Amino acid sequence: MRSDLRAWLVSPAVIVAMGIAVSLAAVFQFSFRTFVPGSLDVGGLTFANFTGMGKSIYLDAFANTLLLSVETTVFSLLAAYPLAYALVRVKNRALKSFILIVSITPLFLGEIVRTYSWIAVLGSNGFINGTLRKLGLIEWPFELMFTHLGVLVALVHVTIPVVVLMLATAISHIDRDYEKAAQSLGAGPVRTFVTVTLPLSMPGILASITTAFAWTFSAFATPQMIGGGRVPTVSTLVYQLGFSSMNFPLAASLSVMGLMLTVAALFALGLLTKRLKAFGGH
Amino acid sequence: MKIRSSMPLALRVAGPLLIAILLAFVLLPVVVVTIAAFNEKAILAFPPESYSLKWFARVFSYPDFQEGFRSSMIVTGWSSFLALVIGTCLSIAVKRLEFKGKQLLLAILHSPLVVPHFTLGLGLLILVSQTSVQRGFGIVILCHVMLVLPFVLRSVYVSMENLDQRLEQAAASLGASPVKVLFTITVPLLAPGLFGGWLFAAIMSFSEFTASLFVTTQDTQTLPVAMYNYVREFADPTLAALSAVYIAVTAALLAFANYFLGLGKVLNIEDGH
Repeated sequence: MRSDLRAWLVSPAVIVAMGIAVSLAAVFQFSFRTFVPGSLDVGGLTFANFTGMGKSIYLDAFANTLLLSVETTVFSLLAAYPLAYALVRVKNRALKSFILIVSITPLFLGEIVRTYSWIAVLGSNGFINGTLRKLGLIEWPFELMFTHLGVLVALVHVTIPVVVLMLATAISHIDRDYEKAAQSLGAGPVRTFVTVTLPLSMPGILASITTAFAWTFSAFATPQMIGGGRVPTVSTLVYQLGFSSMNFPLAASLSVMGLMLTVAALFALGLLTKRLKAFGGH
Repeated sequence: MKIRSSMPLALRVAGPLLIAILLAFVLLPVVVVTIAAFNEKAILAFPPESYSLKWFARVFSYPDFQEGFRSSMIVTGWSSFLALVIGTCLSIAVKRLEFKGKQLLLAILHSPLVVPHFTLGLGLLILVSQTSVQRGFGIVILCHVMLVLPFVLRSVYVSMENLDQRLEQAAASLGASPVKVLFTITVPLLAPGLFGGWLFAAIMSFSEFTASLFVTTQDTQTLPVAMYNYVREFADPTLAALSAVYIAVTAALLAFANYFLGLGKVLNIEDGH
C-alpha cells in the first residue's frame, strides 16, 4: 500500500524531470554536431562550434549579457530593498496591500507586455521624449530605444518584483528582538539597520542576487524588442541562429556556453555565501 | 510608537519619499502604456493628442489575437492543472516519504529557475525536429509544466509546512486509509495554498513568451507570441490596448487573491515577529 502510494505520488514528477533532462541533453548533444546548411539534420561530431566562438560578435554578446546581468542585479537590488522593507514593516493594511499589488503586478504581466510598455516610455514619441518636447527642452528625440541604457532600465524594471518578493520573505523572518536590543543599547535607527537588519537579511540578498542574475541572463524579449539587434545578447543570438539561419548546432553551443557561464557565476556566488556565513557565524 | 518618534525628521521624510519614487518607477510604464492605448492616431505616442477606443475594438476583432487567446487558454488550462496535481503529489511525497533520488529529482525540477527559457525551448525544438513527434499542443503544455512547476512546488510546500499533522494522525487512528486521509484531511487543509499555487502557475503560463516562441507553430501560437509577431508587423497602439486589458485583468486577479487568500501568507512574507 505504502509503496503503491509512493509510486503514484512521485512518478508524474519523474516524467517532467525526464523531459527537462532530455531537453538539456539534446542541446548539449547538438552543440557538438556539424551544421548542414539548409537542413535540420546534422552531421558528425565536431568542436568547431566552440572553437569558432572567438569571433567578436559572440564575444560581444557574452560581454554584453554579463554586463547587463551584473548591472541589473545591482540596480534592482538597490531599488527592491526599500520596497521589500516597507512591504514587511508598514503597519497600515491598506498601504501594505497597495505596495504589494503595485510591486508584484509587473511580475505577472509577462515579458511582452512589460517590454512593450517600456517602448511607450522610451520611444521617440514616448513618455520621456514627449514630455521633454512639451517642455521645450529638446527639439529632436533623444535616442533611448536600441541603446544599452534603454535595455538596462527595462531589465531592472522586470527584475524588481521577484527581488522584492525574495527580500520580503527574508526580512519578514528577522526576529525583531535583535533590533529592539540594539536600540535599547543606544543604537540609532540607521545604525540598527546597518549593523542588525541588513546583515540578518543577507540570506535573502544572496538568493536575490542569484535569481536576478539568472533571470537577466535568460531575458530575451527585452533585449530583442528594446535593443532591436543593436544590443546583442546570448539569448537574441541563439534565437537569430536558431530561427533565421536554422543553425541549431551553433545555437545549441551558444546555449551551452551561456549555461556554463551562469553555473560558474552561481557557483562563485555559492562560495561567497559560504565565506560570508563562516565569517558572520550564522 | 517610541521607536518611530526617535527617528530623525530627515529619515521620516526621506523613507516614504523614496518608496513613493520607487513605486512610481514600477508603475510608470504600466500607466503610460494604458494612456497611450487611447490614442486616436495609429502611432504609439505619449501623451496622445486625441482619444479613441478603436484600438480596443481591434484587439477583440484581430483574428491572430482571438486564435492566440484560444491557444493560451488551452495551454494555460492544462499546464496549470497538471502542474498543480504533479506539484501537490510530489510535495506530499517529499515531505512525508523517503525515496531514492529525492534530492536529484528536486534539483532537476527546480533547474528551470536557472536554466534560461530559450535553452529549454531550443532543447524541446531540437527534440521535436529529430523525432516524429507532432509540434502540437502537447509539447507546448509539457514545456509550460516544466516552467511553472517550481512555483507550484514552493507554494504547496510552504502551506504543507503550516499543516498540523496531528489532524491526519487523528483520522488515521480512527481507521481512515492513507488515501482517504489524503483526500478528506490533507487536501482540504491545503486548499488555500493549492489555489495560490495554481493561480501563480496559471498567470505565469498565460504570460510566458520566450520558450513558447521556440515550441509553438502558427497553429499553436499563444497570445504572447501573437503579440510579439504583431509588434514586428504593425506600429499602431493595438498592443497598448491589449496591454491595458492585460494589466487590468492581472491587477484585478491579484487584488482578488489578496483579499480572499491573503497573498502575504501565500507568498510567505508576513511579518511574523
